[in-house]
This record gives sequence, structure tokens and C-alpha cells, in this order.
Amino acid sequence: MSGFMAGLRTLDRRWIFLAVGLLVIIPLLFRFHIAPVVPSHRARGFYDAIERLPAGSTVLVAGDYDPGTRAENYPMHLTAVSQLMRRNIRIIGIELYPAGVPLADAVLRVVGAEYGKKIGIDYVNLGYKVGNELVMSSMGTSIPKTFPVDSRGVPVARIPVLKGIENFQQIDMIVSISAGYPGTKEWVQQVVSRFHVPMVAGVTAVSAPEYYPYLQAGQLQGLLGGMAGAAEYEVLMNHPALATRGMDAQSLAHVFIAFMILLGNAAFLGQRKPSKG
Amino acid sequence: MHLSSDIGIWIGAFLTLGIFSFLYRDNPVYKFCEHLFVGVSAGYYVVLTMISSVWPNMLQPLFGHFSEGRNFLLLIPLVLGILLFSRFFPRGDWLSRWPIAFILGVYPALRITGFAQGDLVEQVHGTILPLWVPGDVGTTINNWLLVGGLVATLIFFFFSKEHKGALGGSARIGIYFLMVSFGASYGYTVMARVSLLIGRVMFLLDDWLGLLRF
Repeated sequence: MSGFMAGLRTLDRRWIFLAVGLLVIIPLLFRFHIAPVVPSHRARGFYDAIERLPAGSTVLVAGDYDPGTRAENYPMHLTAVSQLMRRNIRIIGIELYPAGVPLADAVLRVVGAEYGKKIGIDYVNLGYKVGNELVMSSMGTSIPKTFPVDSRGVPVARIPVLKGIENFQQIDMIVSISAGYPGTKEWVQQVVSRFHVPMVAGVTAVSAPEYYPYLQAGQLQGLLGGMAGAAEYEVLMNHPALATRGMDAQSLAHVFIAFMILLGNAAFLGQRKPSKG
Repeated sequence: MHLSSDIGIWIGAFLTLGIFSFLYRDNPVYKFCEHLFVGVSAGYYVVLTMISSVWPNMLQPLFGHFSEGRNFLLLIPLVLGILLFSRFFPRGDWLSRWPIAFILGVYPALRITGFAQGDLVEQVHGTILPLWVPGDVGTTINNWLLVGGLVATLIFFFFSKEHKGALGGSARIGIYFLMVSFGASYGYTVMARVSLLIGRVMFLLDDWLGLLRF
């Protein structure tokens, strides 16, 4: 036993990388099912908040992420836009991450084609603007002046979906898909607290604990945390897709890492014992 | 198996595998991919900022529409922006302090007011909860945990008096609450990193090799 523990202490970490890699690849390739995805009250809050919006409402979808967190944010972005379009809600997209524009454009184009929605009439992507919180604050004064043109370079005065949209007073809800800064926290601080616009958020798992207080205080109506949150949302939409598919690999890798942490601690404790004697 | 015929997917797959090769050991392929990423990102951000912010929000209203009225107030941010580049010239680098002073003045003010409105007031308001909810034992326990945990954690960060006696006991309970929150954060971090790996593996197996069926 002590030999095994000593071996663990000197184990080449590349074996662990290999094991994690295999535990991710095998469930994806062979598609076996470990446990059902059960929606949490946080995901249900996200879903219900959008369901409560009347058709014809206008929602601001902030895609504040980039390819670095695509695996977590893209599925929830895709599903949120699907739910909005299914309910005939007008969408205004913006991005505060420079590399987020192509991803948001892809989401709107793919889902728009699925639901027969037209760019400029049913949805628009205003694109990226440098300035973080300053952009949010400036939108509170005038959205058309903050974004004179959309992501394609079309002047906003010529875009029908933006007709009558001046500032946050005409926005019925904010959907924040966020990877960190600037993102959900800044939308809550700069917009929700000042302009009292209802908001739901889909965030990366690493940042999710930071937003629980906002959910508890009612500043967020719903919260999706990481790939698990996205999978729960897909289940609520009755449309299992990218996130649901990844959850079995996620569970296996998670259990393995937890097991390795326990094993590592056991090996460490074994090392401490002789020095006590 | 259905290999992709898209050259962009092949480049993406090569770069992904090149970055993953670092897991084995540092190597020239990894270094090439890393440097390429830094260079392409910098170029992309510069061009995107020019076409999405500098041109439509500043240059076009100043110089673009000859038939329409011009907003000459935009000359102020234009001049301040140009002054930032004076850092490249040792004799005039002090000029860059003006725009930096402007940024340092505006930005913290905006963030402090946002924090006060969004975090301080609303979060304190969110913890004013009834400690007895008739007919709902679950909510009562939750509210006790939230308020008790908050008070104990705040006591842990109270350093004006030595943590002894009742104060020390409360601070210790505060540590337990903090440790639970650290554990939850760590669990979420593991989930996030594994998710990113799943995303890349899906790209390789599906987009590149065409092995997955959705």
C-alpha cells in the first residue's frame, strides 16, 4: 500500500491528462448515458422569465464571450435565441467582447433561418463597441448614438427592428450571455439597478458562484451556470443539443478528478505520518 | 467517418492539436501556435476597434457627412486619443498624462456608482429576510443559514479586535462558510475547464473528423 502511495506522489501528471482526455472522448464517441439532466430552479427561472414576455417584445441579447468559452456559452446563446424567436420576440444583439461578433452573428443567422426570421426586421446585431461599462451607460442615454451602425455597417435609422428604440425604456428584458468582464456583473451594476430592466444570465461555470447573490436578491430572474446550466435549459426547451451531449463526458471527467483529489490527499497524508513519529 | 473539406477547419484542427501538444512537453509547434494566436488577436482587435468604434462613433460624425451637421465636440476625444500616443516620444510623453487623468477620473466614478447601486444597496436589501416563515420550514432554515453565514463571515473580516471568545467562535463559523464557498467555486472551475476540453474534442471529432452523429 505504501509503495502504491509513494508511486502516486511521483506519478507523471501526463497520465492524468491522458485519462481525462479518454474519459471525455469515449462518452462522446460511443454515446452512452449516465444520468438524466434535471433542470434546476435557476434554469427554470431563466426559461420562465422569457416565457412570460408577450409576443412582439424587444429583448437585448448581450453575447459577451469569445471562442475561449464557446463550449459553455454558445449552446446557451443558441437556445436562448431559439426560445426568443419561437415566441416572436424581437432581438437586438450586442457584444462587448471583440471576438464575440462572429459567434453572435452565427447564432442569429442559424436560428433565424430555422424560424424564418429576417435580419433587420425581426432581429439585428449591433456588434462590438469598445468601452465596457461606458457603452452600457451610454446606451441608457441613446442606443442609436452609441451604435450608429450595426455589425454589417448599416445605419441604425434604416433598420426597422430598431424603430422607436431610443434607450433601455423600450427594452423589455436583457439576456446576458457572459464569460466574465465585461458581462453579467456590469449589466446588473450599470443597467438593472439604474434602469430596472429585468434580466436573465447565462454564464461560464467558473464565474457562476459570483452571480448567485444577484439571483438571491432578485436582480436576476434566472441563471444558467456553465455547460450543466445550458444542458438544463436545452431539456426545458425540449431540444437536447450540444450541451446535453457533452454532459456524460462532463460527469465522467468530474468524478475522475474528484477521485484523484481524494487519492492525492491520501498520498499526502501518508507522506506526513512518518515525520510525526 | 467524414473528413472535413473546409481548409479553415483543418487549420483550426492543426492549431488545436498544436496547443494540446504542450500537455506532453513544450515544443516548437506549440510556440508557433501561441505566437500566431497573439499576433492574429492583436491585429484583429485593432482593425475591429477601428471599424466598429473609432470610425462610426468619432471620425464619421466629424469628417464623413459633408451634407449633415458635424459634432465638433468629438474633437476633444480625438485630441485626447492622439495625445495618448505621445508616450512614444520621450520629449513629449508628459502629454499622455492628460488623457490618462481623464480615464482615471471617469472610469472609477462610473464603477463606484454602479457598485453602490448594484451591489451594496441591493445586496444589503437582499439579506433583510424574515427569520420565521410560517408554514415553510425550508425557507426558514435557508434564511437562517444566509443571515447567519453573512454575519459570521463579516465578523471574520473584522480585525479591530482580537478573535477570542464569542468573536473568535463566530469568526471560525465564518471560515467554514468561506470554505464551503471556495469548494463550490473550485467545483465550478473544474466543470468549466472540462467543458472547454469537451468543446475542443467535439470540434475535432465532429467538425474535423465527422465521427459524431447529432
